[in-house]
Amino acid sequence: MLEQTLTILHNELWKAFRETAIMMGISFGLSLVLGVALGFALYLTGSGAFYKSRTLNAISSGIVNLIRSIPFIILVVFTLPFTFWLVGTKIGPVAASVPMTIAATVFLARLVEGALKGVDGGIIEAALATGAGSFLIVRRVLLREAAPAIARAVTVVFINLIGCSAMAGMVGGGGIGNLAVQYGYYRYETGIMIFTIVVLVIIVQLSQYLGDYVASKFTH
Amino acid sequence: MAEIIRFDNVRVDFSRGDEQFTAVDGVSLSINKGEFFGIVGASGAGKSTLVRTINLLQRPTSGHVIVDGTDVTDLKGRKLSALRLKIGMIFQHFNLIKNATVFDNVAFALEASGTPRRKIAPRVVDLLRLVGLEDKIRLYPGNLSGGQKQRVAIARALANDPEILLCDEATSALDPDNTAEVIDSLKRIKESYPITVVFITHQEQVARSLFDRIAVMEKGKVVEVGDAYQIFAHPQAQSTKDLVSRSTEYELPPEVLDREKDLYLLTFKEDHAYDAVIAEVARRFDSDLSIIAGKIDYIRHKPLGVLLVSLRTVSETKREEIISFIKERAYVTPYKRPANA
Repeated sequence: MLEQTLTILHNELWKAFRETAIMMGISFGLSLVLGVALGFALYLTGSGAFYKSRTLNAISSGIVNLIRSIPFIILVVFTLPFTFWLVGTKIGPVAASVPMTIAATVFLARLVEGALKGVDGGIIEAALATGAGSFLIVRRVLLREAAPAIARAVTVVFINLIGCSAMAGMVGGGGIGNLAVQYGYYRYETGIMIFTIVVLVIIVQLSQYLGDYVASKFTH
Repeated sequence: MAEIIRFDNVRVDFSRGDEQFTAVDGVSLSINKGEFFGIVGASGAGKSTLVRTINLLQRPTSGHVIVDGTDVTDLKGRKLSALRLKIGMIFQHFNLIKNATVFDNVAFALEASGTPRRKIAPRVVDLLRLVGLEDKIRLYPGNLSGGQKQRVAIARALANDPEILLCDEATSALDPDNTAEVIDSLKRIKESYPITVVFITHQEQVARSLFDRIAVMEKGKVVEVGDAYQIFAHPQAQSTKDLVSRSTEYELPPEVLDREKDLYLLTFKEDHAYDAVIAEVARRFDSDLSIIAGKIDYIRHKPLGVLLVSLRTVSETKREEIISFIKERAYVTPYKRPANA
């Protein structure tokens, strides 16, 4: 049995890794930029000290809630036409990255908004009192003070994305999750199942460790 | 003296749901250029809210705030930023950027005013030297004591050479040593710069050592304004008396108070602080005036003598005579026992 497991791994592992890396790379990279930006937008349009706009805030917040209420596996299916229009295919890791990016962006946006709301209002008030403009306050005060919480939020989203990549894998994205399902589940290759679980546990542990480390580096 | 800040019937309402609450209730007040102006009163009296209308951290619901001749009440955008550059502010809880170094905290204010990059570093060093913290430049606020944090905040507030410094309970979160440290810094700055300081506090000790003039607030209104010495020597409004009484309240054993009936608090007017009024009374009226307690305080370097005396076994007419004699030299108030004694 061990021999068979090793043979399957030898044939499939590299491909599965590559696919997971593509899915994670695209969706994590994009959602990091888009999610942080959207999170700032949610916060800044909701705060009287900055660009308060009831309309913009209600619209962006509504969209975030709408997407967040759709279970990921349904979001994958629901976004298929959009995915096809965007990347020209419905299967493979690149296609899977589309719903992953959407889900991770809105998730991160909410967490970033929460991190910003956690910044001490007195510090923002003191910054306003110096006469600083909003952009300077965002860069020098909000980013710095919310950085540890944002780092932790990014870690949560990254780990959540690993789970999403397994689900996206099942519907044609490939990757490590798919390897577990195809061999470990359908073909009763328990060795493959155990191997993928161990790999995922290690990745999650490392991510959490790295996230905590970065957060602590931002905290003074 | 020239006026630098004027409140013109300023009112600030807050609404929470259906409830409306008036924090500042029609305040008109004038603050002169270069003075150390104190605003005192119990917490919730509206002191902070009033002061925040000066740099528009709080917009008045109605009325006007005039700073240096300009009505600032409706300023927005760039003009509001320009106003705030002229007004430094420090806070009870310091409000420094925790994840930025002392240097970056001070540099922030200079960036706010668009100071050229090459001029920022030397200016930050100068400012930190002014508050005696040039050796802490690379540290983070978390490594500083409360007094040091407040001095960094002072350096930040002074970065753009403001004409006005607002201090919102700047020493209330500090222990006595740190309070003294911050007060010393402020005094030194006040001596070398022609800056106007508006200082909110409920600490009588701080009011006594710093202020030229004082406004006393109660329930959103200014109930008394005057020269600091005058306020301490002869308070008029009840909340002023409450503030001052804390400094004249003696820890007397109840047994002593129980034996005495006619207790009076004598506050000696400036010129009479050292006069032998008691001896004079004893000679002139041949009466038994005994001193229960006494001390001399200093209000901005001027002595303020306070005595607690008891008038024993005198007739009603004689008492009137004695009191009117003393009243020429001191403020006389019947002494009420503190509630807890």
